[in-house]
Amino acid sequence: MSTRALALRNARLVCPQGGISEGGLLVVDGAIAATGAFEAPADAETIDCKGLTLAPAIVDVGVFAIDVPAFHAGGIVRVGLMPDQSPVLDDPGVVQRAALIGRPGLWIHPIAAATRGLAGEELGEMAINRDAGAKAVGTGSRWIADSGVMRKVLAYARDLDLAVVTHAEDGGLARGAVATSGETATRLGLPSAPSLAEPLAIARDLLLAEETGARLHLRDVTTAAGFDLVRAAKSRGVAVTCGITPAHLLLSDIAMSDFRTFMHLSPPLRAESDRQAALAALADGTIDILHSAHDPRGPEEKRLPFADSRAGMAGAETLLPLALGLARDGDIPLDRLFALLARNPAALLNITAGTLEPGMPADLLLFDPDAPWLIDGDRFRAKAGNTPFDGLPVQGRIRRLFKGGAELT
Amino acid sequence: MHASDHRPAALIEGGAVFPHRHLTGIAGLQPHEITFLLDESEQWIEANRSRAKSDHRLDGLTQINAFFENSTRTLLSFEIAGKRLGADVVNMHAAQSSVKKGETLIDTAMTLNAMRADVIVIRHMSSGAVRLIADKVDCPVLNAGDGSHEHPTQALLDALTIRRRRGAVAHQRVVICGDLLHSRVARSNILALTALAAEVRVCAPSTLMPAAIEKMGVTAFTDFDAALEGCDVVMMLRLQNERMNGGFVPSTREFHLRYGLTMERLAKARPDALVMHPGPMNRGVEIDSAVADHVERSAITEQVEMGVAVRMACLDVLTRRARGVEGWA
Repeated sequence: MSTRALALRNARLVCPQGGISEGGLLVVDGAIAATGAFEAPADAETIDCKGLTLAPAIVDVGVFAIDVPAFHAGGIVRVGLMPDQSPVLDDPGVVQRAALIGRPGLWIHPIAAATRGLAGEELGEMAINRDAGAKAVGTGSRWIADSGVMRKVLAYARDLDLAVVTHAEDGGLARGAVATSGETATRLGLPSAPSLAEPLAIARDLLLAEETGARLHLRDVTTAAGFDLVRAAKSRGVAVTCGITPAHLLLSDIAMSDFRTFMHLSPPLRAESDRQAALAALADGTIDILHSAHDPRGPEEKRLPFADSRAGMAGAETLLPLALGLARDGDIPLDRLFALLARNPAALLNITAGTLEPGMPADLLLFDPDAPWLIDGDRFRAKAGNTPFDGLPVQGRIRRLFKGGAELT
Repeated sequence: MHASDHRPAALIEGGAVFPHRHLTGIAGLQPHEITFLLDESEQWIEANRSRAKSDHRLDGLTQINAFFENSTRTLLSFEIAGKRLGADVVNMHAAQSSVKKGETLIDTAMTLNAMRADVIVIRHMSSGAVRLIADKVDCPVLNAGDGSHEHPTQALLDALTIRRRRGAVAHQRVVICGDLLHSRVARSNILALTALAAEVRVCAPSTLMPAAIEKMGVTAFTDFDAALEGCDVVMMLRLQNERMNGGFVPSTREFHLRYGLTMERLAKARPDALVMHPGPMNRGVEIDSAVADHVERSAITEQVEMGVAVRMACLDVLTRRARGVEGWA
């Protein structure tokens, strides 16, 4: 493939590897050829970035829906698709279709079901699904109750060097629950589970990962006790990574107070003390990945009594501005923020992407970090506007987005 | 609290004394608003005891009782309350409704709204369902119980019973005992009684105790005998059949051993302590017949009587704006 070279000049480059610098970026044949000061080919197209910020496009691991307009509006060009699809991603035909359906603008990296049908009983065909395009295996939004099965999943995935993406909530404690136990759930009379459900699940999976040597990715860690376990395991050298959504960093369970089903998330919103622990874990590097958990759900699943509604949020379009808010608040430096949004998720999936280093695919995001706007779910490009942040003023607007050097509009 | 909250209701201009369109819960009501509803209920107690019980202030209005969950007593109480005020009362039972055919709650609410109901009384098995409907309809909505959330008229009738039998609610030591985890009656009562300055204790095994319940201004006990100490009012909750055998408590007889209200146990409370139960009772489980039927101590049938009066008051007050009552329109 040979296309016209592209020279992006006069930008503020934010690279998780190279840090923040002023300069330009040269794209040749869909890949990054140079950054900083460079000599562009004579026929290169030049774009004056006018001082806007140029960063690697977002790699969003753990999305529930294929929603191309929403991802592009959110600066996302690669997603790790959850296996909880219909049908479940446990068959090479289904995995391959998912891997190809978004191209060329959106590269979908399927997370294949770790167990057949996500039932938590029999091992999924991990190697066959890997060859069909799967980049990891996962338990979906469920928990594998049987520790014997979970151990085999981790051991087998280890042989294939596939990360195992888990949902960390003890199913026995969390069964039927739609909220975290505490004052808010008590006042509202909502079925709830103690936040202990999370560290309980994490502790087991960490021990099994340590013993098997598998790469474990905890999709969402949201409790103080959970972060303590992950922090301790990392210091022992366990191959564990963990993620979180902006919602769990910015909202606590009190946000459910008027039964707003857009606040019905999985894992549920936690106590304020857990939210503070999450911000600390973001700052000290315990959290590796920031993701949207994009799961658009229309009124037929959200305009219901809280406990009857579907968990999930349309997060793709708010991921970047909310993340930039965290950087603006001083919770995390901007270049490290893009490690959480691009480099680390790419590393988890073993794909070459996520930085501005030469040789990387030119998956680029040009944005104005200061441009203000108001989050309005009704104006989302997503399939549904179920955002917990409706009405929130934010800053950060995407100006241009490139996948492999080709501009997406 | 502002000084104005203590002004007698009669001195406050019309609707300003109760500026709520719906009654979805006790949460959100000021103490003086609760007192106002209790005051308004008093007139109906005497009226209901007379031979001619009918009033005509709701003549021509349509009251729909939409019950998505089975109920006999609450439905009957709301139906009698509406009819005694002259309303045309229509009952919609979940068993015979389109809910079973997959219609969403919102669609059902819109349907009731399109039929031009003047007041809708709703019971639903999900917490928050009543507020969801209230946001979508044009007429006042009364919560007759939503999931484990609230049952405001039950709390009002309980407060009225306590006020009449004990002279006041303030400073009464009340213990609420039983399945607190799933009880909307307990939540509404905690809110109402603490708002009216009672001292509220709650008692349940830890398996039926909601998390952080003390944040609602109550003291939690797992030992019923200790909780009864010095109580003026003993309020027992119903233990649902499906929660009795192994799920949350080992057995009904074990529950009776630890939490059943017997005459011996009642002796731990004050000698004149009042016994209450929202019904229907499981005799021999949470309450013994000797206690339930005790002429001086049990207020259980009086609670039922107060229920009609309280619901008449709520229906009257909530429809005043629509009826153009002076000062409320």
